[in-house]
Amino acid sequence: MKSAKFDHQRTASLEDALAALGSADGEARIMGGGQSLGPMMNLRLAQPDLLIDISRVGGLDGIEVAGDTVRIGARVTHARIEDGAVPGATGAYMQFVACGISYRSVRNRGTIGGSVAHADPSADWPSALLALGGDVIIAGQDGERRTPLDGFQIGPFATGLGFEEILTGFELPALGDGAKCGYYKVNRKPGEFADAIGAVVIGSSPRAVCGATEAAPFRVTAAEDKLAAGATEISVADARDMIAAHDPGFDDYDLQIHAVALSRAVGRAFA
Amino acid sequence: MTELTLKINGEDVTADVEPRLSLADFIRDHRRLTGTHLGCEHGVCGACTVLMNGEPVRSCITFAVVADGTEITTIEGFDDDDPMAQLRQAFHENHALQCGYCTPGMLVAARDIVTRLPDADEDRVRLELAGNLCRCTGYVGIVNAILSVIEKRRA
Repeated sequence: MKSAKFDHQRTASLEDALAALGSADGEARIMGGGQSLGPMMNLRLAQPDLLIDISRVGGLDGIEVAGDTVRIGARVTHARIEDGAVPGATGAYMQFVACGISYRSVRNRGTIGGSVAHADPSADWPSALLALGGDVIIAGQDGERRTPLDGFQIGPFATGLGFEEILTGFELPALGDGAKCGYYKVNRKPGEFADAIGAVVIGSSPRAVCGATEAAPFRVTAAEDKLAAGATEISVADARDMIAAHDPGFDDYDLQIHAVALSRAVGRAFA
Repeated sequence: MTELTLKINGEDVTADVEPRLSLADFIRDHRRLTGTHLGCEHGVCGACTVLMNGEPVRSCITFAVVADGTEITTIEGFDDDDPMAQLRQAFHENHALQCGYCTPGMLVAARDIVTRLPDADEDRVRLELAGNLCRCTGYVGIVNAILSVIEKRRA
């Protein structure tokens, strides 16, 4: 199918883009790589009145390590992350995640910020980054603010981003060499959206995420407690109980594949 | 309407297009370069894959206005390209196509594999091809063709 009609505005700076967003009539959407929004517009699941194109805005594609954090611009593509642009143990984990996102020709344009702002529950970055923890960096009319990744996504395609705000990047923990990370995605064919995601990052304290749910990805607290107590594996049966405790509304099949994903993510972390 | 200036297969092109026009439709309907094929129109099948600034992208989910200022190479633009000449010959020798619908996108993706991943083995080639659907060949010929070109380029 073809997209419905919309107006398109190129922007040269973040200020331009914020101004365009502030003065827009109707629904305005920010587009970076357009690899999630483009298909949704072709399927007419999304019909914005105005597309604000930030693909030329400078300063949004940096990757910097500062002390114990890694700052990653919103417009960094999955392909750059796949090719190892993010340094250290954080980069190695993100590289593994990036390799499994869609296909190379999509990864060449799709961006990490777009993925998190779009907030498709089956996408990789919302779950993978929640397991890392850290902050989302957001620009608005009144300057920059930051908010934790914890709680940023509030539902399917819904985040804490205001109507007149733009996600500009992330500040993530720079994991030490002793950190352990595991990511497991259940899907029927490489590159597809996930049916279930398990993501585990054991840095300063363990974080375990159940993703590709009906709503937002969530942290599985019982799994984190068990890992904090020194466990190096979590059985599928235990993972089922731990995930079910969060009342995610899964049927038996969904519960099983999410439990398998979490259990195997732990397995990969300690492999 | 939005003005658009870009390079397609080395030729400078200026046009005034509707924002909702996909790059694929611009290439096919406005430039009459019908080698680029449209399959699913939501980025899954890979038939519309072209190079943008040397990297493969999906032209069906990239709006033409977004390609402003870029260099596009479609399947018609590889006459003097060594890896593509090798792939064309290898696809021929290995029966890597039947109906040919996926072939333009398959070749652009294959060129990316042989140039970006010179050490790829069969598993990796198959993984990389997950984004290009072929419903005729069962992939055996395509995978063999790509592996033979990787082999040749190593020599």
